[in-house]
Amino acid sequence: MAMLPPVPSPGAPPVRLLELAPATDQQARRGRAGLRRLVRAVRANRKASTGTVLLALFCLVALVPGLIAHDNPNATIYPRSLGPSARHLLGTTALGQDIFAQTVWGTRQVLIIAVGVGLLSTGIAVLIGVAAAFLGGLWDGSLNLLTDVLLVIPLFPLLIVIATYVQNAGTMVLVLVLTLTGWSYTARQLRAQALSLRNRDFLLAARVRGERRMYIVVVEIIPTMTSLLVASFLTNALYAVLFASSLQFIGLGDPNSDSWGTMLYWAENNEALQTGQYLWAVVPGACIATLGAAFALLNYAFDEIGNPALRPVRRIRANRAG
Amino acid sequence: MPTGPASSGPAVLEVSDLSVEYVMDAGSVVAVDRVSLALSPGEFIGIVGESGCGKSTLLFGIAQLLAPPARITGGSVVFNGQNMVGLTDKQLAAVRWKDLSVVMQSAMNALNPVKSIGAQLKDAMRAHGVTEADRIADRSAQVLQMVGIDPVHLRSYPHQLSGGMRQRSMIAMAMLFTPDLIIMDEPTSALDVVAQRSLMVQIKELQQEFGFAVIFVTHDMSLVSHFSDHLMVMYAGQVAETGDTRALFGSPLHPYTAGLMEAFPSIRGPRRQLSGIPGSPPDLARPPEGCRFAPRCPQVMPQCATTPPGLYQVGGTDVRCLQYDGAGNAGSLP
Amino acid sequence: MTGPLLAAAEPLLRTEGLTKHFKIGNALSQQVLHAVDDVGLSVGERQIVALAGESGSGKSTIARLLAKIYKPTSGEIYFQGKPLSSMRSRADTLHYTGLVPMVFQDPFSSINPVFRVSHGVLRGLKLHRPELSRQQRYAEALRVFDVVGLSPAAEVMQRYPHELSGGQRQRVGFAQALALRPRLILADEPVSMLDVSIRIGLLNLMVQLRDSEDVSILYITHDLASARYVADRLVIMYAAQIAEAGPIEEVLANPRHPYTQLLLSAVPDPKAPLGVGAETDKGEPPKVIDPTPGCRFRWRCPLATGECHSVTPPLRELLPAHTVACHVARADAVTEAFR
Repeated sequence: MAMLPPVPSPGAPPVRLLELAPATDQQARRGRAGLRRLVRAVRANRKASTGTVLLALFCLVALVPGLIAHDNPNATIYPRSLGPSARHLLGTTALGQDIFAQTVWGTRQVLIIAVGVGLLSTGIAVLIGVAAAFLGGLWDGSLNLLTDVLLVIPLFPLLIVIATYVQNAGTMVLVLVLTLTGWSYTARQLRAQALSLRNRDFLLAARVRGERRMYIVVVEIIPTMTSLLVASFLTNALYAVLFASSLQFIGLGDPNSDSWGTMLYWAENNEALQTGQYLWAVVPGACIATLGAAFALLNYAFDEIGNPALRPVRRIRANRAG
Repeated sequence: MPTGPASSGPAVLEVSDLSVEYVMDAGSVVAVDRVSLALSPGEFIGIVGESGCGKSTLLFGIAQLLAPPARITGGSVVFNGQNMVGLTDKQLAAVRWKDLSVVMQSAMNALNPVKSIGAQLKDAMRAHGVTEADRIADRSAQVLQMVGIDPVHLRSYPHQLSGGMRQRSMIAMAMLFTPDLIIMDEPTSALDVVAQRSLMVQIKELQQEFGFAVIFVTHDMSLVSHFSDHLMVMYAGQVAETGDTRALFGSPLHPYTAGLMEAFPSIRGPRRQLSGIPGSPPDLARPPEGCRFAPRCPQVMPQCATTPPGLYQVGGTDVRCLQYDGAGNAGSLP
Repeated sequence: MTGPLLAAAEPLLRTEGLTKHFKIGNALSQQVLHAVDDVGLSVGERQIVALAGESGSGKSTIARLLAKIYKPTSGEIYFQGKPLSSMRSRADTLHYTGLVPMVFQDPFSSINPVFRVSHGVLRGLKLHRPELSRQQRYAEALRVFDVVGLSPAAEVMQRYPHELSGGQRQRVGFAQALALRPRLILADEPVSMLDVSIRIGLLNLMVQLRDSEDVSILYITHDLASARYVADRLVIMYAAQIAEAGPIEEVLANPRHPYTQLLLSAVPDPKAPLGVGAETDKGEPPKVIDPTPGCRFRWRCPLATGECHSVTPPLRELLPAHTVACHVARADAVTEAFR
């Protein structure tokens, strides 16, 4: 029964994705109503559609790089420092590699790191954040302490220290390092939301019904936090893209890996910008920025879809009534 | 339009054919459909209706507090001779709080939880040009006393006060400049019955002393029955019935008004089963063709489904019901 | 031990000296908040008992004590003659909460927004009636949805909470309670957050449940008019204690406790004449922290005597089945404190 936009009751968390304007009776009957609404919401929102398209593009490239770029990204057999041409779409590096091939093949590692860190960080954040909120007492205190300590330590220097110690960090190591340093931020947010949910009547109702504590946390609480979990995933993915590339850029990654950050490292080593080989430095940088932007756009978009109050408002001129 | 009891001067507020729409992606919803009302100085009008009937939207529309996607799409709101619709924020600021103030539904939401009551009163006064510290202090203490709160609570924070006291401090804030009109949106709904009654009596006493007009929005009809001069019953965004309170209570003309009154269990008198009004209000995104109450009306006639009724005058009351359109339908009254 | 006579007299639910105190304040200044003090109430079979009082009177705390959400500080609750303190195991508690479920006040937060509205009912059935098969559970869910008036049940069950109105959500709450085949439903202000015109439907539902489903209801409210509409007996709470209790028509017609009279005078009734100007009471019920002996209503009572200030009035039976905790109240005349 669509009437007016939902008004949040006092103390209620902002209306999120799952509390959209009601569907018609027919749609309610169909089990996939939620998915259909989501698709419609994504298409209607500019940020969401742009972000989705970009991300889909990168995923496609990461899935089938061989179909898109035919050259071996590591082969140093080509003439060096060529400009863009029909044969080498983005030119070649000072070491004789095809830049286009490198860019295309490099997508895979970046996406793996992004998704890996996103999922793992969110997973740990959920466990620790929600547990802290519901176990309370000493558990809450100690988990909080752990979270806060990690939050306060300056991130980049910590990453450098760890990465230097590990040396030539490959994909797995990067994922682990970034996860261990990144979970604390979203753990705080999840704990805060879990705390605000603690007194909702439906949780009390579940308890009175006789549900076990673990059940309540996993089945009743966490699904109501999905939008925050999605946001957490996207934030961590974005953070991973930027910081992984940064670590590789300063030489702490594996210099032989296929990655945009590594490309930047080699470009810097060979003074690409100073010697006029702009594409070598700019292309991987632009890709990092674009992938990051895709995650960021999706993050904003989910916020807007979930909470109508955040949507951009078309300016309507004051009505001159007559 | 029914005129109020003999009161001095021109109308304080004249709302003519006000319409408010919510413009959303899925289409627009007309939340308030051509509502008119007139208020003389010192008059108390109660606006009554279920959730979703548009009464709060009407209130926001009158106070020019609508935010997108809601906007006024027709009609005028003439306050003290000036049409408020279309005024800029700056022009409105001259009127706001000095001549017209608003009391919200939940004080806990409207009051700043991190500022003391005194600080919030001070903010309000400074925002409207009062800057001398002793004038501020005097007036703050004065308005609190007016509503029955000990001025020592100027230092209290909202969470330290009880629900009743919070609502009273909202009213005190609204009274800072003794405006001509105070608009109240369900100010008592969060209170217990004794606090509720006490607050209503206090509002009425203040009104009689200072002579301001009141628009009081509520879903509880019996609450305003003793305090309002005028009553307006809203249904599905339209005015269903409006007129003198006692007359309306004595003999409700619109079947919806009658149904509403039947839905109140009484504390005195015989105990009998009540039935309320079956069904629910229509979806305003797709309002029905004829009378909006027809699907639920116990006195429905065949033409009600197709002919939208206008507002017909019956004595001192306006009714939106085809039974009173004077075209010979009155004969179908029970 | 319990002969046939005694067994017949034992009510469905009975409390004896029920008390709940909360420690508040920090480590430096410990205070004791008396939420419930020495309450003895009872609910019989097929009976609706209204527990009325303002905020902070203790009525919601009593509901939570009866639902085993809180443990009593002292006193005992007897259900079907068995004391609650003897129910130690998880199985015992589960059995009890199936017989005495709770319906909550806020329709907007009492149902999990993520699941369809059938979720709570089906989970309840799974936990409390494990002997049912999946099809049987579904059929039972359909039945209770029909009983509470949510039709067509199969279609409504598939909806999400935000697709239902406030009144419909409260009916879902009752359906969740009904599915467990309860003897007593604890209804914590089930209609106060609904529009007045929708309340009647829910109130009628409660009466219907008593009559056709054989369920007793403890109806917690601050609205005496709705209490009168549904209840057989009325218990008035003030400041953690019972002020007055008795058959509802009797208490409302002849209120003996000044507080009951105050509550009655405050009920808005369009058909009654108005007595404006008689109001001085602002409706500020006290928080009972480290109380001293004496009647807790004494500061608001126009009839308070010296005894009221020093001796806590006991709950005594003034008239048959009509108990009052007041020194000033008399059996033969109504001492009018508030009109």
